[in-house]
Amino acid sequence: MNPRVISRSLTIATLAISVALATALSSQTPPSPSLTILSREGRRAIPIAMVGDQEFVALDDLTTLFQLTVREDTLGAVTVSYKGKTIVLTPDQALASVSGRLVSLPAPPSRSGRRWLVPSEFISRALAPIYDARLDLRKPSRLLVVGDVRVPRLSARYESVSPTAARLTIDASPRAVATVTQEADHLTVKFDADALDTASPLLAPQPAPSLVAGVRVVDATTLAVDLGPRFAGFRSTSSTVDTTQRLVLDVIGLVQTDASPAQPQPPTTTAQPAPPEIPPAFGQPASAIHTIAIDAGHGGDDEGVHSADGAKEKDLTLTVARRVRTIIEARLGLRVLLTRDDDRSVPIDERAAVANNNKADLLVSLHANGSMRPTTTGAAVFCAALDKDSAQTAAAGGAERLPTFGGGSRDIEMVPWDLAQTRHLAQSERFAELLQQQFHDRVPLASRPVDRAPLRVLESANMPAVLVELGYLTNAEQAKLLMSEAFQNAAAQSIFEAIVRFRDTLAPGQTQ
Amino acid sequence: MSPRRLLPIAALAIVAIGIASILWLRAPRLTSRATPRAAAAPSPTAPAPPGRKIKARLFYVADDGMRLTGVERDIAYGEGATEQAREIVAAQIAPVVEPLVSAVPAGTSVRAVFLTEGGEAYVDLSREVASAHPGGTLNELLTIYTIVNALTVNLPAVTSVQVLVDGKEVDTLAGHIDLRQPLAKNLSWVQ
Repeated sequence: MNPRVISRSLTIATLAISVALATALSSQTPPSPSLTILSREGRRAIPIAMVGDQEFVALDDLTTLFQLTVREDTLGAVTVSYKGKTIVLTPDQALASVSGRLVSLPAPPSRSGRRWLVPSEFISRALAPIYDARLDLRKPSRLLVVGDVRVPRLSARYESVSPTAARLTIDASPRAVATVTQEADHLTVKFDADALDTASPLLAPQPAPSLVAGVRVVDATTLAVDLGPRFAGFRSTSSTVDTTQRLVLDVIGLVQTDASPAQPQPPTTTAQPAPPEIPPAFGQPASAIHTIAIDAGHGGDDEGVHSADGAKEKDLTLTVARRVRTIIEARLGLRVLLTRDDDRSVPIDERAAVANNNKADLLVSLHANGSMRPTTTGAAVFCAALDKDSAQTAAAGGAERLPTFGGGSRDIEMVPWDLAQTRHLAQSERFAELLQQQFHDRVPLASRPVDRAPLRVLESANMPAVLVELGYLTNAEQAKLLMSEAFQNAAAQSIFEAIVRFRDTLAPGQTQ
Repeated sequence: MSPRRLLPIAALAIVAIGIASILWLRAPRLTSRATPRAAAAPSPTAPAPPGRKIKARLFYVADDGMRLTGVERDIAYGEGATEQAREIVAAQIAPVVEPLVSAVPAGTSVRAVFLTEGGEAYVDLSREVASAHPGGTLNELLTIYTIVNALTVNLPAVTSVQVLVDGKEVDTLAGHIDLRQPLAKNLSWVQ
């Protein structure tokens, strides 16, 4: 082909591209997109030019940022140099020669007036291989990370597990550990990073009944998880999946109930909050507590104490027991047994048997108190009181050699049923103290908040066990408080937190 | 059979008779329950019979409702420990007027009181002590230790007390306190 023809063709093509580019640029609507560059020196932005659906950056901007030199030869080829290494770009060709090796580009370089434009992929495919520092182009978020700056890419998803439980999962890649704290109406999630790479929005706003209203970016390294009005508590767990750090926030909500405090409705099976079906998170530490038995005192014909306006102890204990179960299951992932889950009479021995036969690690029996004096008030926690002779008998214990299936024999330690609590009294008292601490400021306490009594349901419990008197239904003012949802949530939360602290004081297997 | 062979058998028989005697003496509740006293206790609402009196410390619910408080009273003298124990219980469960408040439900009466040589007292109360009980751990504790302390404080020979209801052993009065064994004096529930 005649060189003059080639030259004319090139000129026409360049002109056409320039016109097209100018047209494209002129049709853009402000604000114009930009590529954010994050490095140890700080944050900068360079404009992005859209040509069709392709994003271009000006070679001049890159030259300034990365100390490049650009030389254009007579044939129109552009040579980009960095510390003796070269990248050769040829107009009309979606290729670049990087230190003699060809790499593809999504589009050929373009001239815009006196400036050359290159597709943004030029940075990752052509410049990164010859540059001293790491260049990590995050095209979806229009971000370029330079060097060892820690900028995890975040993604979030939200699942509603049940009407009272939901799970928010936030993945950070590369891994970045996050700490979660609860503020008034939101959770603050702060990442151990220099900046965050977040899609916008990270999570679409959730509809009104949702436990999580949305997720927003607070600052360079912090997210805020806005909570819905029914939020009651959360559990956060972190695990590693390949190069991703996964933060799981299990959120639980209040059970909506129509029962008024003054005239509580008897609990029914249908009124029971659906247990959250949240599996335990990965990487849970070994725990001394796996199963917790919650005993809702009284039930059926045995209504327990009555308040002046008709509130019944059996209803209160069942409601609080269910709330405690919901919180423990959702936030600790532990197995929770209720000695009764409806309005029925359960013999005392059967209550202890539920805990013993299921090898529960803790038994909490819930009750409401009564007094001949209408002003008596306050919650109390009781441990078993066993007389000295019985305690010595149980402590002495005794083993019996019994045959085992398949031959041989085995020593079985024999513990009298009525004295099973003897060996757990010290831990029961420790848990009672923790419970008293957690009740402080949340649940009004009696003048003797921790005490001992020969309580039938505790004596046979072969694990740490306490009986909680939540307050006095015979005190009219306290009865109203006891039947309020706010009090019941506070009591359940206190019991949950005492369990967490009790678990933290135990080595695995210590309760059995 | 030679006398040398008869000797161990005779010894065994003597031991067996001895054990049976001890068991019989130490388990009067079984025999007494089988043959309850025909003589009912004095009605708690009746005035104290004229005659000899003794001073006894009785227990009522303290002002704060959290404990018992002791009150010294003149009560009828009883001939012998068992009779005196019954007089104490009868006085203790008798109705009171303000500002005293009894931890024993109104309408409760004493059916019988038995004492063992081992210092255990068995107080058989009418069914109202359970059926009219308002419930609550503290109420139940105070009800029980009202009876237990009334006997153990005033009668040194009594070291523990078991409450029976309508002639029978019961697990609890209102679902909390273990009544299957005699309970010892406990002044931690007294102001």
